[in-house]
Amino acid sequence: MSAPLDLPKWADTILVPAISVVAAFLVAGLVVLGIGENPFSATRYLIQGSLGTGEGLGFTLFYMTDFIFVGLAVAVAYHAGLFNIGGEGQATLAGLGIALVLNNLTFLPGFLLIPLGILGAAAFGAAWAAVPGYLQAKRGSHIVITTIMFNWLASVLIVYLLVNVLREPQSMNPETHAFPEQSYIPFMHEVFAVFGIEIPASQLNLTLVLALAASYFVWLLIYRSRLGYAIRVVGSNPAAAVYAGISPARITIIAMVLSGALAGGLAVNELMGYQHRLLLEFTSGYGFVGIAVALMGRAHPVGIILASLLFGILYQGGAELAFEQPAITRDMVVVIGGIIILFAGALDGLFRRAVAHVLTRQKLARA
Amino acid sequence: MDLSSLVTVFDSALRLSIPLLAACLAGLWSERSGVVDIGLEGKMLVAAFAAAAAAYAFGSAWIGLIAGIGASVVFGLIHGFASISQRGNQIVSGVAINMLAAGLTAIVGNAWYAQGGRTPPLEGVQRFGDALFGHSALVYIVLLAVPLTWFVLGRTRFGLRLRAVGENPAAVDTAGISVTGLRYTAVIIGGVLCGIGGTYLSVGQSAGFLPNMTAGKGFIALAALIFAKWRAWPALGACFLFGLLDAIAIRLQGISLPGIGEVPVQAIQALPYLMTVILLAGVIGKAIPPRAAGVPYVKER
Repeated sequence: MSAPLDLPKWADTILVPAISVVAAFLVAGLVVLGIGENPFSATRYLIQGSLGTGEGLGFTLFYMTDFIFVGLAVAVAYHAGLFNIGGEGQATLAGLGIALVLNNLTFLPGFLLIPLGILGAAAFGAAWAAVPGYLQAKRGSHIVITTIMFNWLASVLIVYLLVNVLREPQSMNPETHAFPEQSYIPFMHEVFAVFGIEIPASQLNLTLVLALAASYFVWLLIYRSRLGYAIRVVGSNPAAAVYAGISPARITIIAMVLSGALAGGLAVNELMGYQHRLLLEFTSGYGFVGIAVALMGRAHPVGIILASLLFGILYQGGAELAFEQPAITRDMVVVIGGIIILFAGALDGLFRRAVAHVLTRQKLARA
Repeated sequence: MDLSSLVTVFDSALRLSIPLLAACLAGLWSERSGVVDIGLEGKMLVAAFAAAAAAYAFGSAWIGLIAGIGASVVFGLIHGFASISQRGNQIVSGVAINMLAAGLTAIVGNAWYAQGGRTPPLEGVQRFGDALFGHSALVYIVLLAVPLTWFVLGRTRFGLRLRAVGENPAAVDTAGISVTGLRYTAVIIGGVLCGIGGTYLSVGQSAGFLPNMTAGKGFIALAALIFAKWRAWPALGACFLFGLLDAIAIRLQGISLPGIGEVPVQAIQALPYLMTVILLAGVIGKAIPPRAAGVPYVKER
């Protein structure tokens, strides 16, 4: 870590992330210019497509739900000083958990099946994160490397299971039988229709509420609970934690279990809320977007919700944009995500130092 | 299995291990100097794209190689700037490099050629043809990099300093040698090697670039690096082993073995990852990375 810089809180939590995002968009604009497209009309299509229509907004919030979960997952581990880049694998396994629960307990009514499915997702995601957590805590193997390996193991495992074991015998596609209908998490437009309010149909479902509840829970946990305090102490100074009677090994495993369970939320939203079956590659690289979300949101739930909204806008707007200006494919979002990770994560010191410099000069000028 | 099929498997194992070896040695140089590099995948990917695009545009595989190396070194320098000069988080920077590479190659490829992110097929002198025993020149360049890496790192003054910077940068600094300079040199050498590996993928092994054609090779190379315990000759062994597993997996597809039945391809594909996890867990032997790897150097400490 770079030498600590004394920045006022507002500069640290709002200004520096904002500068990183603006810088990321400037670079992205240059890329758009570089391939001979107009960045201004691109921005207009992006905003129009994601926020301009009710349907677009629904899709934006659907993606936001995904990103809140993976962002929280990265953040909880981050507070414990762990870098969990295994969100992809954990969400994949969570999908397996959902499929196993839902397709084996088809006789249960919805009000039992839905919570059980969510628990299945959390349990499988947590288990897939617990192993790297345990290896880090007890055997000293580096969490980054093991979570990378576990991502690939998950993707190989799911291909094997879907092709050889879980696939329907008649079906050619590597996907499971559709989940029982009572296990579908209701779409938001259906919920609103019950109250007689008509909103445009989209993939947005009640999982959004779960994501917001999870954000509140993570806030309580990290900033208002004894365990959260222990997690933060281990994250900032493991040696001090030992003196305070906190076991870093225990906290490491607990933080990874929570992180993996949160990553499972991605599978809940995608599979129980929308696809209604387990299929290959439903995680679509969102696990890595979670890193960008957590870094941008300063690992704070409020920041994560805002950053998730931004990425929701980018993903939904990006899809519409690719329709209007075909040269700008959705890969643009991956590029922006990469630049944000670079600026808000690795080059963070660059902006912090610049801000600190400007602020001190102002202070001196006033004095 | 008869002799001729044994030779075929050996041959395809060598082919498959070359990109792994290039990336693995790149990681070795970088990490031995104290810069952790999980962006090997991304650097190979940009190199593969730049090489195919340049080879197509200029009609020469060698110009493709230069472009591939150039693109990879630029990405390496971004990583270097973030992790050495800015003392940023090296893992975060590596993740960013991988995402940038995946996104940029797809976008630019699509914008330039409008073939779903592919480059137009390369033929004739646009590709590296067979140079010796049915393998292209790049294969021998990468193989040659093994003794070269071993010699330079292990037997020269420069190599000693570079290794020292990865173990105890403060000691090197006290001796009046630039930590920053050595680490940048290592990152650039890593960029060159990834560039060769990526070029081999798109201009040697295949005839053109496909989106995301590295398909995790950079991460298997990372696994091989741990397996080789950050040493050059074992790196050759580990990469060949993983290449061999890949070749066997392809060979065994749909074949039933006596006594075992059909071996799922995925079981063999999972082996490199699984073996790395087991090794890292310290069950068989212990893999200890360079001591200062991942730690930015702060002079005033």
